[in-house]
Amino acid sequence: MTTAPLLLASGIDKAYGPTPALVGADFALRAGEVVAVMGPSGSGKSTLLHCLAGIVRPDAGTITYDGRELTSLPDAARSALRRSDFGFVFQFGQLVPELTCVENVALPLRLNGERRRSAELKAEEWLTRLEVEDVGGKRPGEISGGQGQRVAVARALVTAPRVIFADEPTGALDSLNGERVMQLLTDASRDTGAAVVLVTHEARVAAYSDREVVVRDGSVRSSEWAV
Amino acid sequence: MRLRTWARDLALGGRFAVTGGRGGLLRTFLTAVGVGLGVALLLLAASLPNMTFQREVRESVRDPDASYETLQPGRDTFLYVRHQTLFRGDTVTGMVLRPEGPDAALPPGAAKLPGPGEMLVSPALGELLGSPDGALLRDRLPYKVVGTVGDAGLIGPAELRYLAGSDTLTTDNYDGRGREYGWSVPDEPFNAFLLLLVLIACVVLLLPVLVFIATAVRFGGEQRDRRLAALRLVGADTAMTRRIAAGESLMGALLGLVCGTGFFLVGRRFSGMVQVWDVNAFPSDVVPVPALAALIFAVVPVSAVVVTLFALRGVAIEPLGVVRTATPRPRRLWWRLLLLGAGAALLVPMAGAIDLGDTAIDTVGVAVGSVLALTGLTTLLPWLVEAFVRRLRGGPVAWQLAVRRLQLSSGTAARAVSGIVVAAAGAIALQMLFQAMQNDFVTVTNMDSSRAQLDVRVDAQDGAEAREMIARFSDTEGVTGVIGTITSHVWRPGPLKQGEEFAPTTPMTVADCPSLRELAALPSCEDGDVFVALAHGAEGGPEDSWVRRTAEPGAQVALRDVDGPQRGEPVPLWRIPDTARVVEARRDPVGQYQFGVLATPSAIDASRLDAPEAGVSVRIDPAVPDAAEHVRNTAASLDPLAWVRTLQDTQRDAQFSSVRTGILAGATATMLLVAASLLVTTLEQLRDRKRLLSSLVAFGTRRTTLSWSVLWQTAVPIALGLALAVAGGLGLGVVLLKMIGAQVEDWWVFLPVTGVGAALIVAVTLLSLPPLWRLMRADALRTE
Amino acid sequence: MSIGHTLLGLLESGPRHGYDLKRAFDERFGHDRPLHYGQVYSTMSRLLRNGLVEVDGVEAGGGPERKRYAITEAGITDVERWLSQPEKPEPYLQSTLYTKVVLALLTGRGAAELLDVQRAEHLRLMRELTRRKKDGDLADQLICDHALFHLEADLRWLELTAARLDRLAEEIRR
Repeated sequence: MTTAPLLLASGIDKAYGPTPALVGADFALRAGEVVAVMGPSGSGKSTLLHCLAGIVRPDAGTITYDGRELTSLPDAARSALRRSDFGFVFQFGQLVPELTCVENVALPLRLNGERRRSAELKAEEWLTRLEVEDVGGKRPGEISGGQGQRVAVARALVTAPRVIFADEPTGALDSLNGERVMQLLTDASRDTGAAVVLVTHEARVAAYSDREVVVRDGSVRSSEWAV
Repeated sequence: MRLRTWARDLALGGRFAVTGGRGGLLRTFLTAVGVGLGVALLLLAASLPNMTFQREVRESVRDPDASYETLQPGRDTFLYVRHQTLFRGDTVTGMVLRPEGPDAALPPGAAKLPGPGEMLVSPALGELLGSPDGALLRDRLPYKVVGTVGDAGLIGPAELRYLAGSDTLTTDNYDGRGREYGWSVPDEPFNAFLLLLVLIACVVLLLPVLVFIATAVRFGGEQRDRRLAALRLVGADTAMTRRIAAGESLMGALLGLVCGTGFFLVGRRFSGMVQVWDVNAFPSDVVPVPALAALIFAVVPVSAVVVTLFALRGVAIEPLGVVRTATPRPRRLWWRLLLLGAGAALLVPMAGAIDLGDTAIDTVGVAVGSVLALTGLTTLLPWLVEAFVRRLRGGPVAWQLAVRRLQLSSGTAARAVSGIVVAAAGAIALQMLFQAMQNDFVTVTNMDSSRAQLDVRVDAQDGAEAREMIARFSDTEGVTGVIGTITSHVWRPGPLKQGEEFAPTTPMTVADCPSLRELAALPSCEDGDVFVALAHGAEGGPEDSWVRRTAEPGAQVALRDVDGPQRGEPVPLWRIPDTARVVEARRDPVGQYQFGVLATPSAIDASRLDAPEAGVSVRIDPAVPDAAEHVRNTAASLDPLAWVRTLQDTQRDAQFSSVRTGILAGATATMLLVAASLLVTTLEQLRDRKRLLSSLVAFGTRRTTLSWSVLWQTAVPIALGLALAVAGGLGLGVVLLKMIGAQVEDWWVFLPVTGVGAALIVAVTLLSLPPLWRLMRADALRTE
Repeated sequence: MSIGHTLLGLLESGPRHGYDLKRAFDERFGHDRPLHYGQVYSTMSRLLRNGLVEVDGVEAGGGPERKRYAITEAGITDVERWLSQPEKPEPYLQSTLYTKVVLALLTGRGAAELLDVQRAEHLRLMRELTRRKKDGDLADQLICDHALFHLEADLRWLELTAARLDRLAEEIRR
């Protein structure tokens, strides 16, 4: 069965100063699939993710999301898209230290203009689903790294996004916590039908994906998609 | 032994401060610049006594010695007259000299005496006269520029000053005869009010500087904490890390002293270029009082150490990181109130204790009282901020972010803002004090600037010339109306009566009806009418009975003093018509009551008047540029030394408003300093949160949301600080006013200060936005 | 893996019949390769011979599969010794993969492609293991994890090799 890709990037160039991070990178993501982006350090994995998510504007190439040309959208529109359609999980340092975990999870909803009460209610549901309902009232500084990542996953999922971008989501966790977070992330995304772009250098984490692509020296090599 | 461990650890910390890599160096640099700014300000303050002293010295040195009278002309005497004129708001002063012998002394700053019709000008005046802007002034100073007045003859480098030579100066129109220049200034005891003002001003302007220095030595605190934790890991004990931290601050403070001295030395080169409240000083006069300078150099490093040790009190530096007590103990209120109370307790009993004439006040009491009160107020702020934000809930996302941030660590922001509290509260109190003084001392002048804006009195040969002079003013560009009078005196003729030492006399004023109406309430007036105006002894004038001894309807009067220079010649007589009416005098535009005989031109031939004076009050068209300058030029062309008065409804209004502006400017400067440290704190905080910011951007947070949160985060503490300052400042102001027994004139004096505060909030926010946006770029997300 | 020691260990909790032993073994350890009954029989005979187990009883109906075995004191000691003895780490220095890579380079074939294909294959297996882990019980998870970690190690080696292919090619061609 061939579905039109939800997110399609072709010929992406991106350089930071004189160093090229991506050179003619191609990528495609179908709705609901989990794709691992692998590759050695400095290969351009994260840059690819940033370009795909519309955080960074590529120097060349096109990125189409759901029929819309991302690269030509103004910043405000891309931000709005990220708020409504995308979710994000990073390695660390993404939770606002002053806000409680519930407030952190509710944040994207509130940024979308949802009322505080209903946003926090949804946030609590997600915390429960990710088995961290008991840390809701605590601040990120008072919980463990594994709990923090689950809160982050909850925050990524709370807006019911169509794509979740996860950049080394287990990078700062031990194996057990990492496995659990991956399990919860992939389960939840499959339940909600969200596609996942998973940047990781760990094969065990990548094993939670449906397929993988490898970024090497700024270009993407796919093992299956090309077939 | 203990001393040696201290020295060792402090030195170690000092080394860390300058070798701590790029981040560490930046921090030390910020601290040094911050402390340097404070120190420079303190050094400037310490130089003020010297500056004002030097100013007085310079003023007295160039003035002819008038401590004794020189009656006879000699080889070394000279006649002089001082002159002053306003040019577009700037004062131009000068002295006209006429040597009476070949050995007349040279005035300070002059290489040679200017010949008749020549003048020496100060560099600033020379420049002004040479520029197109000075064209009008050139017409007013009818002398040829032949040289410059050197620094020795000037109060400040920007002073507009001239020295002119004359061959027409006589003992009739001179200020005095001199033999030498320079006289010693008698020690004038300081007026109690001035003393109070100066005291409060010092406290108010210098406390925030100290607060600022205390904030500056803590720049980069969070990074430092991490470094200290690393030190603990390699085996330093708690006391040691604290000493090392103190050493780092000490190094920053020492570098700050160096920077401050540098700023000061560089800054005073420019002291000649700025002019604040007429104060414009030669760089060589800007020298700190040695004792004060020594105090600054001692207090700043010591306070850096003390502040750091104090700040680390509630912090446990553990090997694996810095632990601030998880749930910080709520700040206590009692000792803050105690400080405030102690200050009030010292100040309040002094209510009404200071009298206008006093020259000595309880300096220590007032100083300590106000320092305590202001410090109490300042320490109240962290408590207030904490108590306030704890109660905040809800609101939009930006607000929530800011409030939560403040809830977690309100101390940092509150500390930075506390400087604002002192500055603003002090400024408010001072302004209130000034306003009261302004209304107490410098009451209404009774001048009426709506009836005329300028007033000139010029001596004339006779009535005809006086009329001509008046006409000249009417014809001057920009003049819309003229109240012209020719004034002389009349005497009672006949021999002296018993008990009289001289003949009774009263002024006689000749003018047309419209002009006369400005001097007295006339029931009707036609040309030919004569009136006797009575002022009932108002404004120090004579009693009506004295006027009536000379001037009565039908009485004969002498138009010249029998005992005058033309003694022995027949005295011209004139009879006041029987129809003359007695009228009530009214204030003229200058605010004085004219009394005596008022005559219309047809009633008497003005040319018969003896030594008449032409008086002109001029109304000018505000739309005509430089109308006032044209009038002054007309006056100068009639008499180069003519004095043109500018009518002001309140006297010294301008001067006082300049002092008020000065206070506001001082408070603004200190608040700017505070804003600078607030900015640094905010930027540091933003840099520490780089990752967080970019991840917030990743999931679509709008720039505006984060910008607003920065604004709120700045605005809440400053707004609270200003509220506290307004309350405290008004309170202190009331107490100070009670002290001198005055009333509060204007409760709204705090508006400008709060306006400045609001502007600072905006400024800090705006300045943090570009770095914020830069930090919000995705680069920070990169883990690789 | 030493089947003998494993069976001895299973017997420590109590005497069992041969078919019980086979079932217990398959359940816990035999996911990939279930034991043939013959293997059980021959192993048990060896253990009997060495005095590590004894026959506890024979059920009516006879046949070797009806024998009940119990562990002896010597057997317990043997299990203990086995458990306390570290396994020899196996470094796989001359793996097939390495040989393939070198050969590819020597013959001028694309070694990078070879590695890519191998990675895809590894990951395919890893995905399967991950899925099995998700559906299985704790024992499943532990076993799968063991395999996953090994496979991951292989992949890491692959990555490292891929990064150094140029140098390897140089050295080989010299």
